[in-house]
Amino acid sequence: MIRRVLPHGMGRGLLTRRPGTRRGGFSLDWDGKVSEIKKKIKSILPGRSCDLLQDTSHLPPEHSDVVIVGGGVLGLSVAYWLKKLESRRGAIRVLVVERDHTYSQASTGLSVGGICQQFSLPENIQLSLFSASFLRNINEYLAVVDAPPLDLRFNPSGYLLLASEKDAAAMESNVKVQRWEGAKVSLMSPDQLRNKFPWINTEGVALASYGMEDEGWFDPWCLLQGLRRKVQSLGVLFCQGEVTRFVSSSQRMLTTDDKAVVLKRIHEVHVKMDRSLEYQPVECAIVINAAGAWSAQIAALAGVGEGPPGTLQGTKLPVEPRKRYVYVWHCPQGPGLETPLVADTSGAYFRREGLGSNYLGGRSPTEQEEPDPANLEVDHDFFQDKVWPHLALRVPAFETLKVQSAWAGYYDYNTFDQNGVVGPHPLVVNMYFATGFSGHGLQQAPGIGRAVAEMVLKGRFQTIDLSPFLFTRFYLGEKIQENNII
Amino acid sequence: MWDLVLEDRRMNSLRLVAPMWNGRIRGIHRLGAAVAPEGNQKKKRTILQFLTNYFYDVEALRDYLLQREMYKVHEKNRFRDKEWIRPDKYGHFSQEFWNFCEVPVEAVDAGDCDINYEGLDNLLRLKELQSLSLQRCCHVDDWCLSRLYPLADSLQELSLAGCPRISERGLACLHHLQ
Repeated sequence: MIRRVLPHGMGRGLLTRRPGTRRGGFSLDWDGKVSEIKKKIKSILPGRSCDLLQDTSHLPPEHSDVVIVGGGVLGLSVAYWLKKLESRRGAIRVLVVERDHTYSQASTGLSVGGICQQFSLPENIQLSLFSASFLRNINEYLAVVDAPPLDLRFNPSGYLLLASEKDAAAMESNVKVQRWEGAKVSLMSPDQLRNKFPWINTEGVALASYGMEDEGWFDPWCLLQGLRRKVQSLGVLFCQGEVTRFVSSSQRMLTTDDKAVVLKRIHEVHVKMDRSLEYQPVECAIVINAAGAWSAQIAALAGVGEGPPGTLQGTKLPVEPRKRYVYVWHCPQGPGLETPLVADTSGAYFRREGLGSNYLGGRSPTEQEEPDPANLEVDHDFFQDKVWPHLALRVPAFETLKVQSAWAGYYDYNTFDQNGVVGPHPLVVNMYFATGFSGHGLQQAPGIGRAVAEMVLKGRFQTIDLSPFLFTRFYLGEKIQENNII
Repeated sequence: MWDLVLEDRRMNSLRLVAPMWNGRIRGIHRLGAAVAPEGNQKKKRTILQFLTNYFYDVEALRDYLLQREMYKVHEKNRFRDKEWIRPDKYGHFSQEFWNFCEVPVEAVDAGDCDINYEGLDNLLRLKELQSLSLQRCCHVDDWCLSRLYPLADSLQELSLAGCPRISERGLACLHHLQ
């Protein structure tokens, strides 16, 4: 009977068919069914999340010790150091929540990628020095088994900051601080400048400081990918989603002076998935705000700044996105291979890009000229009117140049004093900040990551003391102004 | 006071080879010297080549002798108007070395050394260095080149042949040395 039903050509093959397929001839996909059943049994067994009813593999986990909001270079640096400095392997579960995995608007990828130690604050100088040594030994820090070593494409050409008459004294005192901290900076007079860089026009320049070592520019994307790869190999989980809500509890306590204060503690982070209403409440112990230009929104979600102005409760996080343009131009008669990153007295800066007479640069606009940060559209008139004249004045060869392309990126600009915010918030006790570095976050990221990780794990800064960068200075009004912002 | 961080790891392996061949060195040493590329030695070279192809031990001996010659050529410092100071067969420098503390060092040949970024500290303190050779140092990269500017006044020759980790970005910062 069987032989009549099934095709003749099978022959001996009939006997090898399984019992279930004899009836009718429709295929049951037995192998697929078996693997599905195995998956379901595995998910019931302890140690796995119960996915019986729906697939939740795209959602973040339900529990995580630390949630880092923002997956840029600062967030990944904090994740890396948390995993490096934890007391036992696997002691801390870290989740990095990044809204955009393509990093299309993230400041890290759009950055010019410079690193320099020429700051006025000793803490900034120490952070940059540590970051330079981190980048130098990056293949020891971020080594992953079986992965190729990272090529940061570092150009050690240095930074050349020019100062006019009125800034010369400040520059001298800055250089003294920098040398004391260990940065190798040399001061040059206009004559020495002309000897060394014949293409420069020293009109209006009284003094110049030239960084000799550990300064230059590198590829920020490579650092980001290297950190991401290493951090994933250390066991940090990544999630693409947006933080929409913090669920927190408050507790009324008395200070030592018997003043009532309300302390908040975040218990859950609601992470909403992309292009859907689905969200996952992630129970967490610590939240790290490394959201860059959008840190203020995250802080507002946590309740930072809700209160009467002038009080600690009412002090908002003064970080806002500021759009900055970078232009790439080609100039065949331009300065040669030895060009450092030159920062003019007017605020315009440029550096060599590659070996084909291409340069890139820009200028920070004044407060009145600030462009609208709603989008990343480039304004070419800004280059014509505000950047090119200064460049052409400083480097006469730049009078004939041709702009090849341009892009715009955000600074996480700290409107208070243009320096970063690091450390816990005094009232929302488990939210730590690592943001607001106004254009020099990338070059200080390794140092900042380590400082925040030390604060989280040990309760205080151990290697570099960043106590002047705590949040409380906004309430107390203690500005630590950084003068050398490009 | 400066200490030289010049160590060749191959010396360790050579020490093991040396005692075995002591008896036969004198005989074959002449052949070993004939490996130098000279036109009139061509005939001897072909005999050696022929022997090398047939006997593994002849080949090993020739390589060992070549390495010894090369090692003598490397690992040396030059003092003004004096001969090269070389380490003896144990890799140690002789005692009269210390008499030369005050004499400035003019040339350093650090080829094939494992010198790295921190090791350059020692070399950069030599203010009258005229010739520096960092050939085939595998750890010298762009960061190390950016450290060479203190030698700008006196350095006349710099050799970086065969360093695999330097690129045009490091060479761009050599403009300090004029």
